[in-house]
Amino acid sequence: MNKGRDTFFLQITRLAALSIVFIIIVMAHELFRGSELAFSRFGLGFLTGSEWDPVHGKFGSWPLIYGTLVSSLVALALAVPLSLGVAIFLAELAPPWLREPLSFLVELLAAIPSVVYGLWGLFVLVPWLRDVVQPLLGKTLGFLPLFQGPPLGVGMLAAGMVLAIMILPIITAVSREVLLAVPQSQREAMLALGATRWETIRRAVLPYGRSGIIGAIILGLGRALGETMAVTMVIGNRPQVSASLFDLGQTIASVIANEFSEGFDELHLSALIASALLLFIITFSVNIIARLLVWKVSISQGVSRD
Amino acid sequence: MLFLTVLATGIALVPLASILVYVGIKGLPALNWEFFTQLPKAVGEPGGGLANAILGTIILVLLAAGIALPLGILTGIYLAEFGKDRLAPTVRFLCDVLTGVPSIIVGIVVYSTVVLTMKRFSALAGGIALAIIMLPLVARSTEEMLRLVPHSLREASLALGATQGRTIRSVVLRSALGGIVTGAMLATARVAGETAPLLFTALNSRYWPTGLDERIASLPVYIFTYSTTPYEDLHRLAWGAALVLVSMVLGTSIAARLAAKKVNGGK
Repeated sequence: MNKGRDTFFLQITRLAALSIVFIIIVMAHELFRGSELAFSRFGLGFLTGSEWDPVHGKFGSWPLIYGTLVSSLVALALAVPLSLGVAIFLAELAPPWLREPLSFLVELLAAIPSVVYGLWGLFVLVPWLRDVVQPLLGKTLGFLPLFQGPPLGVGMLAAGMVLAIMILPIITAVSREVLLAVPQSQREAMLALGATRWETIRRAVLPYGRSGIIGAIILGLGRALGETMAVTMVIGNRPQVSASLFDLGQTIASVIANEFSEGFDELHLSALIASALLLFIITFSVNIIARLLVWKVSISQGVSRD
Repeated sequence: MLFLTVLATGIALVPLASILVYVGIKGLPALNWEFFTQLPKAVGEPGGGLANAILGTIILVLLAAGIALPLGILTGIYLAEFGKDRLAPTVRFLCDVLTGVPSIIVGIVVYSTVVLTMKRFSALAGGIALAIIMLPLVARSTEEMLRLVPHSLREASLALGATQGRTIRSVVLRSALGGIVTGAMLATARVAGETAPLLFTALNSRYWPTGLDERIASLPVYIFTYSTTPYEDLHRLAWGAALVLVSMVLGTSIAARLAAKKVNGGK
């Protein structure tokens, strides 16, 4: 009888595990089914078309893809040096009593809801960008096409900055773990050769953890690409391709948040679901690459430890 | 170079400090008796509260937890204890995939399955959307906690003649309980602040929740709608809602971490 109960328990847990497979299948099925209309109407033009105009029934998603990529790249450009600095400080340099409280604070950043980042971005970051940062950038670096145009506050730059703050904790946390996993012998060998502490970090520790750190960065990228609320609140929501970071933009996630509940004609809804499918495929691939990289590090560690 | 890393850490903490200070300073004046007891007023009328949104958020989170916790913990048990077949690596992989799916996409999928089938926006749809986000988090944290349980405990129980199922239920789960609870609390805190999946599922409402098949208000959606209007009064309420939401979320995750430390420290 006990045996029977055991098998029953096993089957229940297996059923629960299958629910995840079921969810993913339903998800993929719904996204493909919903986007059929848009893809059959526009074909590949859906990806390359540069006009997203629901009123006239024109749906080219290039401005959305562009906005998604550029805002995420701005976020990476700002967040990567900072996160690596914090991770190196936490893993290698900080006095032991400081390490845990600091890691805790950085993790708190990750727990704040995205809509609160948006609220803060809209009422604190945007005015600061408009009144201080953008005029200053325009005056000093205004010859670059990146920093031209009137300082509006909202726009691509604001979105990139909010995203940078939001992905900082994950990049920091994962790279810190990667650095902590570098074997002590690597450091000792370098120090024994007469290297300074900094030379040890730069020549021994960072190269050893390189693929793990790249994995951490790509994991942050995956987070940034799909982030919705905070971006929707500060990016200005205008689907356009513009070289200047001062200009308004739109991302795939933000266009869905803005238009999905208003889009009543079938083609519009289908175009939105098709862009959701694009986002699904992009974040899926990015996450897989990141996992493989981080995974590779942990495997090679396992081998060297044995 | 030490200086540069200290500088980076300092800069990284500025936004955290700024967000917490602003949410505190701007949110506190909005919080009064009315805020916690009254329904929102129509635009233009002064006063009013967000009591329905607070209650709505609690209902949505309870719904999500009610669905995701049993499923997630059972999945975690399967992955850690039984999964010797080909299904386990697939599920583990799909868990990671699901964790990386942007939450707005979960909203769309629940809209086109649950909302279109029921032909109405509902608290239930919102709860399901949040549960889908919560599920992989709970499953993976449960699995990790179960893996931390030493093998000697399992062997001792098996040697006493207990079956595998009995061993898992009475020995393994019991000693991993603290960790599993921590993981569950962190996952709950995470979904309490989610906004995007609620936009087309639970929608929003100006009234008290009446049933699970009705649309329902929530704090995150109110923060979004109020902050994007041009009215000062509503901005004030949005900051108040943010303060309540942040206190709930940070309170839960800090409590979870402290509890985890206590459990680990005790061992």
